Amino acid sequence: MLIRHTAALAAMLLLGTAPFAQAADKPTDPQIAHIAYTAGVIDVEAAKLAIEKSKNKDVVDFANDMVRDHEAVNVQALDLVKKLKVTPEDNATSQALSKAAAEERAKLAKLEGAAFDKAYVDNEVAYHKQVNGALETLLIPSASNAELKSLLETGLKIFQGHEQHAEHVADMLK
Amino acid sequence: MSKRNLWIALTLVIGTVPAQAETIQVTIDKLVFSPATVEAKVGDTIEWVNKDAFAHTATVKGGWEVMIPPKKSASLTLQKAETVDYFCRFHPNMKGRLVVAP
Repeated sequence: MLIRHTAALAAMLLLGTAPFAQAADKPTDPQIAHIAYTAGVIDVEAAKLAIEKSKNKDVVDFANDMVRDHEAVNVQALDLVKKLKVTPEDNATSQALSKAAAEERAKLAKLEGAAFDKAYVDNEVAYHKQVNGALETLLIPSASNAELKSLLETGLKIFQGHEQHAEHVADMLK
Repeated sequence: MSKRNLWIALTLVIGTVPAQAETIQVTIDKLVFSPATVEAKVGDTIEWVNKDAFAHTATVKGGWEVMIPPKKSASLTLQKAETVDYFCRFHPNMKGRLVVAP
């Protein structure tokens, strides 16, 4: 247990994922549900900014894919918490994620054209990497409800797919 | 027509029809194509059955693409003998293969 915990912490530190590194304690299911939902909302908000600002078809298509998938995941997440009668609980990790995302959006909002496209897509690669690391090392191992764990595992596969998709779009922008 | 003649007629008909084209299902569940590899013949139809709440594609790089909407199915009739690897354009970590015989 201690070994797993230390390994998870080390992995997070290696990834340099500030928001997740602050949550040293094992999150509870209501907190995990909140973190996963927040992570999805953040990506949808970034995507909506890209749809509004970008003139690049590949970038806009990618952003539309993000909105569609993350909204679909979050509908499933809400259905599940309702079924399990779990109330998602706000927590330090969710707050840190939201704060970091607000800063990133403010940064992106000031950019235009190719500079915006590059910054958005690069951030998408980094953000999905960060969330995938947290899902693998912290959220999935910490989840105690089997259905929540299973949804997180599906979420991880989706996010891993998005990471590869974002890398592909980043290559096209070069 | 006597029973015997009918039997002969049936045998002749069945004997002359070429191997019938099949529809082969590939299920998509939790971002996995299953079975991942399908062996088929030219003229067969592949039907992807998407159980996910997410849209997927079956895409061959530089080739065809089939869109598979959430909770829906989509089909493709195989036109030529080839072995192709396909993936989902939205989730490139999803991979499958078709081995199509003449």
